[in-house]
This record gives sequence, C-alpha cells and structure tokens, in this order.
Amino acid sequence: MTTDLSRPAERDLTRLARRWEGLILVLLVGVAGWAALGVDGFANTSNVSFLLLDTTEIALMALTMTLVIVAAEIDLSVASTLGLSCAVLGWLWNAGLPIEAIMPICLLVGAVCGAFNGLLVTRLGLPSLAVTIGTFALFRGLAYVMLGDQAVADLPPAYTSLATSSIGPVPLMTVLVAVLAAVAAVVLHATGLGRSIFALGSNEEAAYFSGIRVKRIKFWLFVASGVMASLASLVYTFRYASARADNGVGLELAVVAAVLLGGVSIFGGRGTLPGVLMAVLLLGVVRNALILADVANEVLNFVTGLLLVASVLAPNLGAIRRRRTSPPLEGKSVS
Amino acid sequence: MEDTPVLSLSQVSKAFGAVRAVREVSLDLYAGEAHALAGENGAGKSTLVKILSGVHQPDAGRILLDGEPVEFGGPANAQQAGVAVIYQEPTLFPDLSVMENIFMGRQPRSRFGIDRRAMRTAAAELFARLGVQLEPDRPARGLSIADQQLVEIAKALSRQARVLIMDEPTAALSGKEVARLFGVAEALRGQGCALLFISHRLEEIFKLCQRVTVLRDGGFVASHPIADITPDDLVRRMVGRELESLFPKQETDTGEVALSVRRLTREGIFTDVSFEVRRGEIVALAGLVGAGRSEVARAVFGIDRWDAGSVEVDGRRLRPASPTAAMAAGLALVPEDRRQQGLVMDLSIERNIGLAGLAALHKGPLISRPAERERARDWAVRLRLKFARLTDPVNVLSGGNQQKVVLAKWLARRPSVLIVDEPTRGIDVATKAEVHRLLSELAGSGVAVLMISSELPEVLGMADRVLVMHEGRLVAELDRAAATEESVMAAATGRSVT
Amino acid sequence: MTATATKTETVRRNGGRRLVDRVARVRELGIVVALAALFGVTGAVNPSFLTYGSLRDILLNSSIVALLAVGQTLVVITRNVDLSVSSVVGLSAFGGALILADHPGVPIPVVIAGCVLLGAACGAVNGLLVGAAKVPALVATLGTLYAFRGIDYAWAGGRQVNAADMPEGFLSLGTRSVLGVPLPALVALAVLLVVGWMLRNFRSGRELYAIGSHPEAAVLAGIRVRRRIIAAFVANGALAGLAGVMWAARFGTVDATVATGKELDVIAAVVVGGVAIFGGSGTVYGAALGALLLASITSALAVLRVDALAQTAINGALLIAAIVLDRLLALRVAAALRRRRFHDDH
Repeated sequence: MTTDLSRPAERDLTRLARRWEGLILVLLVGVAGWAALGVDGFANTSNVSFLLLDTTEIALMALTMTLVIVAAEIDLSVASTLGLSCAVLGWLWNAGLPIEAIMPICLLVGAVCGAFNGLLVTRLGLPSLAVTIGTFALFRGLAYVMLGDQAVADLPPAYTSLATSSIGPVPLMTVLVAVLAAVAAVVLHATGLGRSIFALGSNEEAAYFSGIRVKRIKFWLFVASGVMASLASLVYTFRYASARADNGVGLELAVVAAVLLGGVSIFGGRGTLPGVLMAVLLLGVVRNALILADVANEVLNFVTGLLLVASVLAPNLGAIRRRRTSPPLEGKSVS
Repeated sequence: MEDTPVLSLSQVSKAFGAVRAVREVSLDLYAGEAHALAGENGAGKSTLVKILSGVHQPDAGRILLDGEPVEFGGPANAQQAGVAVIYQEPTLFPDLSVMENIFMGRQPRSRFGIDRRAMRTAAAELFARLGVQLEPDRPARGLSIADQQLVEIAKALSRQARVLIMDEPTAALSGKEVARLFGVAEALRGQGCALLFISHRLEEIFKLCQRVTVLRDGGFVASHPIADITPDDLVRRMVGRELESLFPKQETDTGEVALSVRRLTREGIFTDVSFEVRRGEIVALAGLVGAGRSEVARAVFGIDRWDAGSVEVDGRRLRPASPTAAMAAGLALVPEDRRQQGLVMDLSIERNIGLAGLAALHKGPLISRPAERERARDWAVRLRLKFARLTDPVNVLSGGNQQKVVLAKWLARRPSVLIVDEPTRGIDVATKAEVHRLLSELAGSGVAVLMISSELPEVLGMADRVLVMHEGRLVAELDRAAATEESVMAAATGRSVT
Repeated sequence: MTATATKTETVRRNGGRRLVDRVARVRELGIVVALAALFGVTGAVNPSFLTYGSLRDILLNSSIVALLAVGQTLVVITRNVDLSVSSVVGLSAFGGALILADHPGVPIPVVIAGCVLLGAACGAVNGLLVGAAKVPALVATLGTLYAFRGIDYAWAGGRQVNAADMPEGFLSLGTRSVLGVPLPALVALAVLLVVGWMLRNFRSGRELYAIGSHPEAAVLAGIRVRRRIIAAFVANGALAGLAGVMWAARFGTVDATVATGKELDVIAAVVVGGVAIFGGSGTVYGAALGALLLASITSALAVLRVDALAQTAINGALLIAAIVLDRLLALRVAAALRRRRFHDDH
C-alpha cells in the first residue's frame, strides 16, 4: 500500500520542479522572442552581449544567495556589502594604494562583512532576516561614512576596459560568471557539502542529528556571500569606471527576486542553480527589452516586484485551490 | 447514567489521502463519567480527538451533542459546544500572562475595555477551585508542563466545559503531578463533567476511568465498563496478538565495555548519571517521559553540552557537544522524534540513508552517485524496506518503514555503540518485531546497544539490564532476573529509591 | 503539598516573574536612559540642542517615523513584517499633493481621508497576500515595496509638486503648533495613545499578540487568524497613508521618490523599541520611543557636527545591538529557568 501511495506523489513533485523550471525557460524564450521581433535593437550581437554583461553582478550574487536560501537563511545585506567594498576601493585608491593591492583588500572586506552576519546568525542564533536588515543599513552607512557622496572615477583604464572586454561576442565577465556558476552548481548538486546544505535547509535539527556541522556550514555560506558581493563590487566599479558609496543600491531585491523566481523555496531545502540562472537571464532580458522600448527605469522595479510576488504566489494559489477540492494532508496532495 | 450522552460520535470515518485514519468509530461520553480511549500509537486516537475538538471534520458519520446532530466547522464551534481539550504539549501563548491565556477572546470587559482586575480575580478563583498556586499575572513562558496543563484546565473550567478531553496528559508529569492532575479530574467528574482520557499507562486508565473504548489501526474494537476487563485483556485487545512472540532477544556473551558514562550532569536536566554498556549487551534506559532519559542520550551523542562528567567510547574520551566526534568514535543515535530529528522528510530515501556518512560516498571532491545508490539499496534490502524507488521522498513511507530508513542510515556506518530512543514508537506490529529482531542480531554481532523505551514489555523482553531514571537521576539498575513491571515502575515513579 | 513546599514554590514563581518582568522593562527604560544620556551629553557640548526650537524640530522630525512605527508594530506583533510602508507613504504623499495642486476645490479633509483610504487599500493588498494567499510577509512586502513605488513613478511621470502649487491651509498643517507642540507630533501622539489603548484593552488587540506568540495555538483557541492579520496590514497601510499626507504638508515638495528607504528607519525604530521581530511581545510606546531616539540621534549628530551620512550606519548598528541584547537576555532567562526545573520537587 505504501508503494502504491508513493509513486504518484513523487512523480508529481519532480514534475512540479521540472514544470517550474520549464515554465521559466518557456517564459525566457517567449520574452526573448517577443523582444527580438517587437523591440528595435534587441536582436543584435552588441545588445545581447551588453545584456549579458549587464546581468553580471546580479548573477554573481545570485549564485551564493541560492546556497544561502537553500540553507533556509537569507542575506539582504549583499548590495550594501557591494557598496562598502566599492567605498573601500575608492578610498584606498584616493589614498594612493596600487589597485592590485586594493582588490584583495576589498575581497577581505566582503569576507569580514559576511563573517559578521554569519557570526550573529550562528553564534547567537539570531534570525538572518533581522541581522541582515541591520547590516544592510550598517554596511551602506559605513560606505557613506568612508566616501561621502564623492565618486572616484580616475580608475586604471587597464581594468576598466578589462571589465567591459569581450571574447568574440561573449563578454569576459560572462565567462567569469559561467565558471563560477559551474563551480556553484557542482558544489550544490554533486558534493557532500551540497547534500548537507539541502538537508539542513529542509530540516536543521535532523541534519544536526546526522552529524552535519550546521553552524559551520551556515557561517561559511555567509562568508561566501560576502566575498561574492565584493567580487561583484569590483566588476561594478570597473564596468562603470566609478566607485561610489551608493553603487548597487537596491540590487538585493533583484538578486532575491531572481533566486525565488528560479524556483528556490524561501523556506529552504528546495531549488536548483540552473533554474536560478535562467531566472537571472529572464529578468535581464525583461529589463533590457523595456529599456530599449523606452519604458522608464522605475517601471522595471514594478515588474521585478510583481514577478517576485507572482513566483511565490503561483504555487500557493494552486495549493489553496487543491485544498478546497480534496482533503488536506500536508505535503502529500501535490497534483 | 444510561441517559443521553453529552457528546457522542456515531460511525465516524476520516481519511487523509489514501490513509484511512479512523474507520466507523462510535463513542459515547456521559456526564460524570471518565472514559478511556486506548490503543497503540497510530491506532487513530489523535485523529479522533481532533474530530471531537473541531480541528478535523469527519468524512462520514455524525457528531451528536445531547442527542442532536452538530457540525464542528472549527475549534471555535467545539469550544462553544463545551468541548475542551488538554493536549500532551499544552498550546499556551508564551508571551501572554496566565490569566490572558485562560480568558483569550472572552476577557471580562468593563466600559473601558478589558477589565484586568475582574480577570485577575476570576483567574485566582479558578486556581483556588483547582487547589493550585499560580500567579495570574505571570507570563506562561517558563511554566512547567504540569502547570501549563493546569492553566488549560482552568481555561476549560472558565468555559464551563461539559466535555474535557485529555490527550496523554500524564506523559511528561512526575508522580506527584499526576496525583494532583487526577485529583482535579476527579473533582470535575464529580461536578458532572464528561472526561475522555488517553494514556499509555494502563494503571492510570484503571485508576481514573469507568469505561474504556479500544481502537486498533483506525477501527473500533470494543467498548467495555472498566470493571469487566483486566489489564491483560485490554492489552490483547489493543495489540490484537499475544505478546510473548514479540521480543526475541538472544542470549549472547558480553564483551568488554564499549560505552562508559561517568557522573554525567547537565544542570537542571540530569544529575550524576553513571553507567556502562558492554559489547553484545542490550541495556534499557527506563523511566517516565521527562525523567531525563532522552536528554542523557542527546548529551552522550554530543547534541547538548554537559556540565560535568565524562563519556568514553572504547576507552577513548569524547569531546563534549560534538556529534561529529561521537560519530567518529563509533557512536550512533536513532533519535526519539523520527520525523523531526531522524529524517529530512522532503529528501529521498537514498539521500537520507547517505546523510550520516557523506564522507564515505566521496570519490575525490564529488559524491559518487553509484556509491550513494548502492549503499542505500544494500541497506534497504537488508532491513526489508518496502519502497517503490530509492528516489522517493521518505514522507511517503509508513512510520515503520521510515524508522527502517533511520536505522539504515546509522547501521551503514557500522557503529560500535548504538543508542536507540523509542525505536518502535508509532510503528506497526510486524515492523516492531523486525526492529526487535534486528536489535537482537546487532547485539549478537558485538554491538553495544542502549535502548530507551517507554513500553515496559519491550524493556523487559529485550534488555539484559535495565537502568531506571527518575527526575534526572539514575535510581535503579536491575538485571534481567530482577526486572519486572513492578520493580521498574516502582523505581520510575520514585517509590523505592534505594 | 507541605507548607514548606508551598513556600519554596511561591518564592520560585515570584523569582521567575520578577526575572521576566525585568527583561520586559529593561527595554523601554533603556531607551529613556539612552535619550536622557543623549540629551545630557549633547546639551553639555552644545546648549543650543536643548532650546525650544531644537526640541520642536526633533519632535517634528520623529513624528512621521513614530506614526509608521506604531503601524508597523501592529504587523510585527503578529509575526509578520511590512517592508512596503515607505512606498505607501510615497504613493499617498504624491497622490494627495497632486489632487491639491490640480483640483484646488477639493476640501482638505476629503484629501486626507482619500490618502488614508489609499494607504488602507495598499495594506489590504499586502494583507490578502500574507493572510489569505499565505505568501511569506517578507517576500510579499518586498515585492509590493517595488510594485507600489513603480505605480508611484508611473503616476508621477517625472512630475514634481511644489509648495507653491498647494493651498496654504494645507501646508500650515505640517508646521503649525498647538500650545507650542507641532501638530504632526500631536497627531502621532494621539494615534499612539489610541492604538496603544486598543492593543491593551480590546480583545482583538490581545488576539494580535496571541497570533504572534503561538500561531497554531491561536487557531486552536478559535481566533480568526486570517482576518486579524489582514486587519493589522490594513491598519498599518492606513497609518502609512496618513503619514504620506503629513509628509506632503510638512515638506511641501513632493515627487515620486518621497520616503524612499524609510522602511528601514521604521523597522529599526520598532526593533530598538523592544518589539520582538518574531512576534508576540512589545508595545507601540516602545516603538514610538525608538523613533524618537533615532530622530534625536540625527539631530544630535548635526549639532555635534558629525557627518549626517553616519546616520544610516548608526541605525543599522542600533538595530543589531537591540536584537543582540534581546537575545542575550532571552538566553539568560532560559538558562535561569532551566536550572530551576527540578528544584521544587526535592
């Protein structure tokens, strides 16, 4: 009897997952197709490579954000970490340090920011939501304290042009994203660490009872998130040739939206990296097409916000409808 | 008392998906009568309680209040009808005061809103009626379970409940607290309240109740006046089989000491606990729920920190508060709460089995999928796991098969010391026997087994030695010959502390 | 039960009560002490900080955030959060200003009521998403934070409404004083007292605490959880709508960027004021005191000639300090209660 029960439920679960990623893929192809036909200037090589380049920072931060959210935590401070790292870069550059010495310091700053979040979450058991809302303000505030409202623009051309250079039609930064995405995907889906992240995100207590070092893993996930944010800050700064304290304000929304849209559960334990990458691309295409279609930049946020709500709402509405038609049993009646 | 029952269920059924939790069960509760609901775990008692309290609605059958059919659309309806429920884990609001917990939604009001003085007085009166001392103004956070239950009973009193349902209320109480609870229950019955009492402890049923209804596998078995039935009969009805065949512990030669616990103390939880378990031996840790048995197991395995004492496995001292160190030393713990601590319910069978030994599945930096699958398949076959595919999430398995997955997860590590906490709780009879056979075989192959169990027959049937805990202390050590139901229960309830 | 046992038990219970009480009070008292220290030190360094004009400014500056903090408290005690308030303020401020500028004939009270309704409607959207569709509040309101702001931008289309476009009678509402106290501060105070009284003395108010304290128990207790959660979001939205009008009246210049990022100040005020981020405890008075503290710090920084840019960092640091403090206190209480567990039985 158990076996009879198990089959349809399991099939439905994987089908749902596949269907969600399938849906995102269909949307991506659909929107891109619509843009190619209906929006002037979308379907040419330079625009596509600009589109790819333009998603670099969000894609980078989404990689580690995926791991963090699968582990049932959240890091809302990524964009502020990016800003602080930019401010440090600008400040040290003004102070006359060589850029080669500044870059590792920036990554270190990101690591320290992440470690700060991680310590508060794992050592004191504080909710990451509250902690990272706090550090969201703290890190951005420190950035303002360091750099005020000045823009450091006289950055070395060797690096600014590197950030925007391409290998053929593919931007160099996209290659960077691809390599890191491959690493993240392998870690999440093909290593013991990845198995542990899924387990602890789904049921932290059971993971701990299985000998998984829950706190240590969470701590290092926050550190990785911080380092990735400062890596994104380097790309951002060189790409725009401008280090400012308010670099990347609001990017955390785009990152979280992409991760949730990609099918990662906000409650942890569920999600895939390919899904997230497709969602990053989808949001990038939508943004690019709307800009080309001369829609105001702020309306983009409206679309992003709507997609974010829709991505969480859609599965819930399905569940509510099912609850009306069939007797409830948590987690079983996925049809 | 053969007039109209206050509340009755008539041929009630309830299914969850394909699982029929309750099938055509009838039950009559009379004013001034204490009615026991007996049955093994999974027999459908909790579902029945949730139907009576309006949490679940029956698929078929009727609920009758004073002989008239009613429908409980939600907990609020049942409460209005005078049904009150005391759950095993009381559901109080920790941040709110005791009196507000009692009167939530019905606070006495004056012209200026809630009348706190009247509420305080009313709460104090209720506590006086119950003969307990509780401050109406203190928050519910930090109350002992026994006190929380009294708050729930005060709530029921204040609602003038006519039916009081107590779902395993004594599971976490000390002997003194049980006596106090029974005093209160008796008084309520005397005032004309109908009681429905659920407990695993037969002696409590015989002490408190006048009538007993037995459920088995969701179905109605029998309903008797308590005077017409003996405890042995009752057990047979609940279990539906003879007991003796269940516990096949083989005699084995015991080897050297594998687990040695010395003067282990965790402040406020357990004190000065010392014992040893030898290879080939099954040692049972008995006692009432809340006596600190699971807490000792958790500390030994490194889940919780201990304040004093030491733990040695095969002569090596364990680092405190590190499950990883405990596992490396050869310890394994099958925890008490299977769904919350033992398994990641959303993950597949093979991933759950692999979870405690991920390092062994690595080939270089990556997990070897064939190795993961092979390990899972190997142990699934050995433990006769019933499954469709290894990629099925474990939440589609039955309780017994889920427990086998937990066992497989730990046995795959080839532990030298296995701690099992309530290994057969809530699983079906056939699987129970399999688990017992497995534990016996493991001991036979030289594993040291420490078994925590609240089921006395299991303790007496399986254990070479029985350790008994009472209120955080080890109070008795009985060898197989000396361990009887009487001697173990006496020690567990603190009656014969030596 | 013997007499001695009864006595020890009473002692123990009193001890437990005192401990928990002390923890609850530590917070509001802590803020008052912090305020006193702030005023003392800043006043000593620069006496102009304690003049009437300066104090009046602090009250004026804190009143909008205090109003929002009161509303946010309603949501947070139910174990939810509303990040979208700043966008609702922006929407309401722009909407109100636009009507006043383009349709001078509409009476001011009607405009205010309309803004409050607009806010309530936004709150209803959040409430339905969270209460009915079960979207986690964080995600739902992060989404509507951007969605409402997007509507604001689309509506404004780059337009800015200036003080000159609005009637004098309206603008004076934002600056006028009654008995020396600025009107917005009086409005905030009135709202604070009314909401605080309702939370303490209405059954529905107590139910909000019950929901946040133990959601499942609230269902078992027969509380209509969904309705209450929606109501909390609607009330919060309405207060945000009111705050929007106050913003327009006070600053006079309104575009689509009004109040951007303010949600953080509001949440910081609420958390610093001792409202538990996971629901069930805290008061609106604490939240309002939190808002006052944050506004006072801003003013003090200006007086002390510390860069105003440090404000964001200080808000963040205060928020973190507040939750760390709460956590440490909770851990100490838990440890103390654990030690007592078996003691009364021996």
